[in-house]
Amino acid sequence: MGTAIAFYFISACILGFAVLVITTKETVHSVLFLVLDFLFVAALYVLLGAQFLAAIQILVYAGGIVVLYLFVVMLVNLKRPPEAHSDPRRKTKLGFGLAAAVLAELGAVAAYASKVPARPIVPAAVVPGITGNTEVVGWMLYTSYLIPFEIASMLLLVAMIGAIVLAKREL
Amino acid sequence: MIDTLLIPFLKILIVLNATLVAVTYMVLLERKVIAWAQSRLGPMRVGPYGILQPVADAIKLMLKEDITPVRADKWVFTAAPIISMVPALIVYAVIPFGPTVSLFGRQVTLYITDINVGLLYIVSVASVGVYGIILAGYASNSKFPLLASLRASAQLISYEVCVTLSLVSIILMSGSLSMVSIVRAQESQGLWYMFVQPFAFGIFIIGSLAETNRAPFDMPEAEQELTGGFHTEYSGMRFALFFLAEYANMIVVSSVATTLFLGGWLRPFPGVAALSFLDFVPSWTWFLIKSFVFLYVFIWIRATLPRYRYDQLMRLGWKVLIPLAIINLVVTGIVKVLIS
Repeated sequence: MGTAIAFYFISACILGFAVLVITTKETVHSVLFLVLDFLFVAALYVLLGAQFLAAIQILVYAGGIVVLYLFVVMLVNLKRPPEAHSDPRRKTKLGFGLAAAVLAELGAVAAYASKVPARPIVPAAVVPGITGNTEVVGWMLYTSYLIPFEIASMLLLVAMIGAIVLAKREL
Repeated sequence: MIDTLLIPFLKILIVLNATLVAVTYMVLLERKVIAWAQSRLGPMRVGPYGILQPVADAIKLMLKEDITPVRADKWVFTAAPIISMVPALIVYAVIPFGPTVSLFGRQVTLYITDINVGLLYIVSVASVGVYGIILAGYASNSKFPLLASLRASAQLISYEVCVTLSLVSIILMSGSLSMVSIVRAQESQGLWYMFVQPFAFGIFIIGSLAETNRAPFDMPEAEQELTGGFHTEYSGMRFALFFLAEYANMIVVSSVATTLFLGGWLRPFPGVAALSFLDFVPSWTWFLIKSFVFLYVFIWIRATLPRYRYDQLMRLGWKVLIPLAIINLVVTGIVKVLIS
């Protein structure tokens, strides 16, 4: 009962702040609502018993990435209202199409999930002797999910090199 | 009922009040120590040797007019001091001041809670504290605070990396993220991690000087360049909150350094049995003594070293400390595998 109340409260906050992120006029305010949103997502992780993910969520998203957003927002002058005339290259229909596709996918996932009974993604005891949140996450990453993990790290490396090349015109 | 509600509540009450009192007296200590370093006396008028100066300061700050600039972003301007104060205080939830002791016939742990991701909790909460400074600079709608907050955000993000990397080698040594387990690991291995991980210790201290905006890295509030930095437009109690947050952060950093590198509540040389007569000193006293040493060193550094230039600060962070922290981490990992 308590868990259900907490879950619905946190979910309502997540959705509410997400709406505020895209409806607020001030850019800095919407970045702040994004931080609040991330904090509540972390709370949801705690509720699910994934403390490690919660801490990483705050550390990486709320504490790291959004600070960079703020940095950029403060450097760019956003006080000027957007221009009245619309960009002829902008494809408004495409956005609706993509949104519809995502909605359909989410609906399919929800419909599928309601049919199949819920089961834990990580078995209760992956390996005997490994307990605790952090250890299990580490074990899963380096055994079952090694290839996605390595691909993600390659992607980050490429992005890093790309950023350096873009920032430094002459190397 | 008593164990689940009353005792944690009392602990939180004691820790918060003790911290706030300690913070106000840190200000006095800093003024005194810097005065001695400069052959002055420091505050002497209020009470004997100026001992009541913090009380006078607090009354003055509370009675001052609280000004919000007309062009300021009101909500963010109000929230910024709160955002910087709260993370500095909630970190104490996982800092162990001592082991389990029996008090009035009841087993009481001398920490508020011990979560299995304690160290990560501290790092992530500290990373949220950055917002206070950045938002204060932005919301003031004034040039110097904005410049200061841009400096601050770049500085804090850069040094967060090397501090976190230096902490990872400690996690490798102890095999745990829980603060209590890290102290226990130092007890069973018989050595403070300061001696095993001198590079990590040095990087952590330098990095945390930058993270708490202390001299010689007090770029975000450089008085001579930025007329006070990010809190130029703040006055009265809101200014005081920033001030308190900075000193509370210093105490946090000292406590964390004590726990991770100086064996927390352990007596000196926990592995040497010949020194076991030192056990008559209560364990929390060791913790407080060690933390005090760190606080004193912070003030001492401020009184001694001139401020870095901004490019020097960035070069030190990215080109010296981060590579050093990565090398230290790799070497720690290799040695650990070879030993085990």
